[in-house]
Formats: sequence, C-alpha cells, structure tokens
Amino acid sequence: MSQGGDCHGCARVALADFTAAPGLATAVAVIGPPNSGKTTLFNRLTGLRQKVANFPGVTVEQHTGIAQLPDGRQLQLIDLPGVYSLNPRSEDEEVARAVLTGERTGVAKPEAVLLVLDSTNLNRHLMLAAPILALGLPTLLVLNMADDLRHRHGKVDTKKLAAEIGAPVALVSARNGEGLDSVWDFLAGAMPKPAPRQLPILQDVPQCRQWAGNVGAQASYRAPVPPAWTRRLDTIFLHPVAGPVIFLLVVVGVIRTIFEAAAPLNAGIDWLFQASGNWIASTFPPSLVRDLVADGIWRGVGSVVVFLPQVLLLFLFIGILEDSGYLARAALIADRTMARVGLQGKSFIPLLSAYGCAVPAILATRTIENKRDRIATILIAPFMTCSARLPVYALLIAAFIPSRPLLWRLFTTQDAALLGLYVLGFLAAFLTAWALKSSVLKSGRTPFLLEMPAYRLPTFSSLGLRLLDRGKVFLRRAGTVILFAMVVLWVAEHLPLNHGHAPAMEHSVAGMAGHVLEPLIKPLGFNWKIGIGLITSLAARETIIATLGEIYGMDEKTQRASLETALRHDLSIGGAFALLVFFAFAMQCFSTVAVVRRETGGWKWPILQFTYMGALAYAGAFVAYRLF
Amino acid sequence: MQLSGNSAVLESASPTLLDLRRGDAAILERIDLPGDDARRLMELGFLPGTRVTAGLSAPGGDPRVFQVDGSEIALRRETARRLKVRKEGGKPRKS
Repeated sequence: MSQGGDCHGCARVALADFTAAPGLATAVAVIGPPNSGKTTLFNRLTGLRQKVANFPGVTVEQHTGIAQLPDGRQLQLIDLPGVYSLNPRSEDEEVARAVLTGERTGVAKPEAVLLVLDSTNLNRHLMLAAPILALGLPTLLVLNMADDLRHRHGKVDTKKLAAEIGAPVALVSARNGEGLDSVWDFLAGAMPKPAPRQLPILQDVPQCRQWAGNVGAQASYRAPVPPAWTRRLDTIFLHPVAGPVIFLLVVVGVIRTIFEAAAPLNAGIDWLFQASGNWIASTFPPSLVRDLVADGIWRGVGSVVVFLPQVLLLFLFIGILEDSGYLARAALIADRTMARVGLQGKSFIPLLSAYGCAVPAILATRTIENKRDRIATILIAPFMTCSARLPVYALLIAAFIPSRPLLWRLFTTQDAALLGLYVLGFLAAFLTAWALKSSVLKSGRTPFLLEMPAYRLPTFSSLGLRLLDRGKVFLRRAGTVILFAMVVLWVAEHLPLNHGHAPAMEHSVAGMAGHVLEPLIKPLGFNWKIGIGLITSLAARETIIATLGEIYGMDEKTQRASLETALRHDLSIGGAFALLVFFAFAMQCFSTVAVVRRETGGWKWPILQFTYMGALAYAGAFVAYRLF
Repeated sequence: MQLSGNSAVLESASPTLLDLRRGDAAILERIDLPGDDARRLMELGFLPGTRVTAGLSAPGGDPRVFQVDGSEIALRRETARRLKVRKEGGKPRKS
C-alpha cells in the first residue's frame, strides 16, 4: 500500500491532488446496479452503519460516511442508489445522476467513483460502465462477490479488463473483506492507472449490451454456473403448497420468538431501572429535581427502554430475512395480493420496511416511477405495524390477555393477539390501497420486475451492525423525543403550584388536559389518564408507555405496582382492546407526518392521511370497546 | 391452464413467454410495451435475440421467474404476455 516505486512511470489516480477546500474531505461516490453490494462495500470502507440488504432497492437517498485512509487522510464516501443506467426515470436514478454530475445541492461533487458491479453477472452489469466512465471522473471498477464467482466456477482477467475499459479494476468480496486492499490503494491514489480509452457513447440498450459482452469476452470472462443451491431452495420456498406454509410458519415463528425470548431480558432491564431509580431516590436529598429525575424521567423513559429486546429481535429477524434473499421470495408470494388491490410489485419493498419504521419506508417509495402509485404507497405505509407499536402491543397484551395455549404450547392466545394486530394493520393498508387505487389514484399498470438474488448466508458483522444501529435509534428516541415529552409532562403535572406544592394530579394542567379530552374518548373506554397518554403519543407512539409510567410513578397508590398491574385499574378488557385497535390505526408520529409532507411536497396529503387514520382509529376503537 | 385469453386470439400466431412451460427456453423476439417499460426490461437482460428460460412461479402461477442473461427476473403474467418469443430448435411442441 506504499506509494513506493514498484510502478514508476504509470500515472497516479487523480485523487492525489486535492482540490477540495482545506478541512473538507474529498468526495468519492459509490455507484452500481441494484443488489451489487454497494452498501456492503460502503460499510466496509467507512465503518458507518447503514441499512444493507440482499434485496434490490434498499438505498434510496444518498448516504455519506467518512473513510479513513492508512495515511490519516479522510475521504467522504457517498453511497448512491442502485441504477441500471444514467437515464433517469425514477427519483432514485435522478438522485444518482445529479450527485455524479455535481448538480445536487448540499452534496460535494465527487472527485472519483467506485463503480461496484456484481462479478457473477458481469456482462450485464458492465453496461453501466460506459456511461459512468464517460463522465470523465477517475473510476475504479469494483467487481464484487468474488467468492461467489469462484465457488461457481466463473473467472475474469482483471488486467485485461482494465486495459479494455481504460480504468483500474479490483476483484473483491465486500462481504468478507477479500481484495479490499486494492480499493484502499485506489482511494489513496496509489493504484496504477491504465491508459485511458475512448469508450463509445451508446444510447440504446442492445448496442450497449453488445459492447459490454465484447468487453467481457476480451477480459476472458467466464460466467459462473447457475447457483444450484438457490434453484434447489426455490423449489421448496416457491412450492405451491409448501411455499405459503413456510411463509406463514416464518411469520408465526418470528412473532412467538419476539414474545417469549424477550420476556426475561425485559425483566432484567426493568430491574435495572427500578434499582437505579430507587438508588437515586434514596441517595439525593428530597427536592423537585430529584422527583423529576426519579419519578418522572427515570420511570417514564425506563418503561420504554424495557422493550429494547423486542425491537432488536424484530430487526434481527428482518435482517436475516433480507440478507438471506428470502424476502424477495416473500415478495413474489405476496405479489398476487398486491396486484388484487391495484398496487404494483415495487410497493412491496417499502411496505415491508414499514414493519420496521414508516420513515425509511416512505423514502424507499422513491423507487416507484409512477406518481400515483407512489402516493398510494406513502399513504398506506404507516398502517404497517412499525417497531414503535410493538412495545405498546407487548405491554397491553401482557397486561390483559392471559397466556393460554392454542396449539399446545406452540402458539398461545398472546401470540394470536399480536398476530391479529399485525393482520389488522395489513388489512387496513390493503383496503385503503384498494379504495385509493380504484378512485382518486387510479393509474395504468407498470410492469412488475423483481430480480431474484441468489440465497446467501447472512454474516454476523452485517446483522450486528444493523442491530447496533437500530438499538441506537431506539435509545436515541427514548433519550430525546420521549425524554423531552416526559419533562414537559412532568411540568404540566406540577402546575399550577399550590403554595409551593404540586396540585393533585387531577387538578394539574396535564390532568385538566386529560379531563377535557375525556368526554371524547369515554365512548372508547378510555379515562383521562389514558387521554394524557394519547396526547403525548402524538409525538411518538411508544411515548404513551413512558407517560403512563410517569403518571403512575407520581401517584402514591400505584408507585409500587408494576405498570401492568396499575394499568388494570384504568382500563377494562374492552378498553384495552380498544386501545390496541386505536394504536393499530392512528398516525401518532411526528416524523412520519414530516416525511410525508416533504416527499409529497405539501400539506395536503399528510393532513388527509392524519385525519383518515385518526377517524379510522376512533371508529375501530369504538367498535372494539362495544364488542369486548 | 389456459395459455391465452380472448384478447390474445389475434396474436396467437406468435407465442409469448407465457406459453413456455417450466424448463422451456425460447428466443425473445420483441417486447410489445411502451418505450420506457421496454427499456427497463432490456436493461434487466430481456433483449431481442436473447435466450429466456422459464423457471418457477409463485404459488398460483403468477408472477413467474425467468432466467435471462445470467439472472432470475420475476414478471407478472400481464407483462410476460407482451414478450413475444420464437421457440428454439429441439422438440417443437406446437405453434
């Protein structure tokens, strides 16, 4: 990796001459076709955590990260969405093109490009090389998935390829780090650069493909044999009977594990917060501040953090399903349902990621070219059961639904309730989609195209990075939005001061707000305390848990009781069901509202969506309360 | 399984991807879709003159996976119907 003399005479890659302002890192773009492993490479180089999946179309907005060169210099890497060409039709391809040409404001114009291609599909992926190299930026061709290529008996001569296209080539496996030295060499400007070649400018795809095929042939490229394991697994996973059964088993298995495996961990975290809360209360002299910390913040934020294991387990499963390639098969199985409600296959990817969080899901809709389809997908995405609902569901189900075996010990009433809530959100989404697509958002059909990636074993590092990232997001929310809400709530509970003492909860500002709301929510079986929770949960769903935790923590009568026990004083079983249904439908999330406004370019859609989901939540909760 | 609906009667002269059974291969002749859609398919490997092999389908027969140019791409029936093919040598079944 030294700059030293073994290749005197050959030109250095132009990266060495920094033109960027001092202090600003030189920008390098990472680009390639969907599912070529750009993001995995990006993560390897930057160490910055980011969502990667074995699923086309995961990166939708450019992400940046810092890569530290061995000599201490820093480079800014920009991870771009996957594109097949630079001829933009959808918003993500437009983003990629604009960043590369420096038209995108707010992003440094890249001074070099890492073009990541799947070496197991080189002939087709090389089509992207011509337009990228034509931009004139120093470019390294990164042929990824070298391990797959080797195992499946393919080969390519990188020297010949480099000579043929006039750009350096590195054969790597980003997944296990193989061959990354040459990428670092390139970034450090220490890689020999072959003589540049004038490449033909080809507008139409057949010509381009022919050119790519010729280049591949010149580089003695031998395509790998078809992935035998993938074919074998697909005969099982796409089997007319076994396929859907496995699909169902996977879903049920995930739900059950989330419930059972997380419980002991929850108890552990709960104990930690209880013990540390007691320690704070007994160590510091009595004061308002101590009360705020011990009863308000600690108890409130702690009751949300308890659910960290559930959220991590959910993302672990989503990660395994995505990285292994099974999700693409699930998309295939689910496509008929999508088609029936008028949605195109491309909506499936955003909707799946909405099970984690609606915000990235809404960003992911940029891959949908058709405007109306895109808006319809944005409007239904928040119905999918996101990870913020999970703590609320877990708490209410554990408090109100006794665990009784349904299918021996394999499937209990609690599992059924959780599954039912997931199904409920799914149904609401699909009926809404159907109503929209057959009325205001009617559109012509665009063809459904989905590349089926080969199955791969998820790696620990990829899953680990993802969990770390999601865990941080969850804790950051608890430490910012929820913490802030808890402080505001605590103040509202202590005003107006009565001779220097806090009023009884009922007569505080918070209590009065709850009482104002009570007539409206009484038909749903909620009292004023739940009302306060509904108000704070407008910021983020899981805030209701923190709120109730804080309210009960302030009350002498409930201070010692667990949150579950205290809840049973305030909610009947019917009210609990109503609350579950309310949370399944309502759009209680500032971030989602904000991102919908940004992505649809105005307030019209987010207001409509908020109102519609709120009305549905109210009606649903009303019915649920009557039924149970 | 019916191979062609009523609307396809006039075009039934040239077979489409839908007419391929699992494991059958054929040469793609043309794509009867608007420019942008056709381009997208071509970028994924569906170029006239390319060999396409029919693979598995989702339960219910729709969508269906096709092997083309080294990758596997799933298409809905409504799209597959627009891709006209010419059968390769071997054992001509019909047409």
